[in-house]
Amino acid sequence: MNEQTLLELADDELILGWRESEWTGIAPMLEEDVAFSSIAQNEIGHARAAYQLLVGEDGDADALAFDRKLEEYRCAPLVELRLMDWAHTIARRWLYETADEIRIAALKDDPDAGGLAAKIDREEAYHRMHAEMWNTRLKDEPRYRKAVADLWPYALGLLSPELRPTLIARVGLPEVDAIERGSHTGELAELWDEMTMVRRSAPAGSQW
Amino acid sequence: MSENVFEVFRQERRGQPFEHAGSVVAPDADFAEAWAREQYGRRGESVALWLVPREAIRDVEDWADEFDLKYRRVDGYSIKARLKEARERADTARAG
Repeated sequence: MNEQTLLELADDELILGWRESEWTGIAPMLEEDVAFSSIAQNEIGHARAAYQLLVGEDGDADALAFDRKLEEYRCAPLVELRLMDWAHTIARRWLYETADEIRIAALKDDPDAGGLAAKIDREEAYHRMHAEMWNTRLKDEPRYRKAVADLWPYALGLLSPELRPTLIARVGLPEVDAIERGSHTGELAELWDEMTMVRRSAPAGSQW
Repeated sequence: MSENVFEVFRQERRGQPFEHAGSVVAPDADFAEAWAREQYGRRGESVALWLVPREAIRDVEDWADEFDLKYRRVDGYSIKARLKEARERADTARAG
């Protein structure tokens, strides 16, 4: 199994799920608020399943999710960006789902992660439906187009180089230098602090 | 976005009737579907949904009842008295 790829996927889903949960209660429409929060929760569920696969059946998925140092997280800068406007939020959602589909498809033949990939993909199908619906509706709006263009170099950074031509063909934007994984935006430090605070403050040996 | 109301009906188990669950306000049927899936299906509480634009619903709520037609209605009969009579007849028949 390609553990690195799976860890990248898990970290992306965890951080994106966290970021998108920040819209709960303040999304522009009540119905979208419910849908968006539900999708965010699903992403965290995918992260959980991927962490569990990485640590093994009896392993501690929470420890992998929350007990690492900031620089050990492998998420892409795209998912770290915080409280953007709605145009950028939807642009990220659409770019993320489009890229995610390509990477999950590439994982489907993996003897260890293939089953999980297929399971995740069945749920992502609805996320894609949601994202496509928004993209179709907003694609001619200048603000949305600018948001997609702004995030495009970040979106390319989600995928390993050999998968990028597929994303370029699907999105229809020119190839540019990707904003790669490996370094983090300043916004992740703040999130890491919040996300790991409870576990860091608990006395050693605490049971959850 | 212009807003339309879609009434949502959900079916809890295959074979059961669809029941009105609530509504979603959405700009079109695709948005209505995506939002209804999340609001009325994400906990596995529905096996199927129907989405109906509210303007497709014909509203009927006025009823003429100028003449006393209560004999057509269940409350037009005094079932109690008839039941009592029937029971008594049955008892008599059994005793005899």
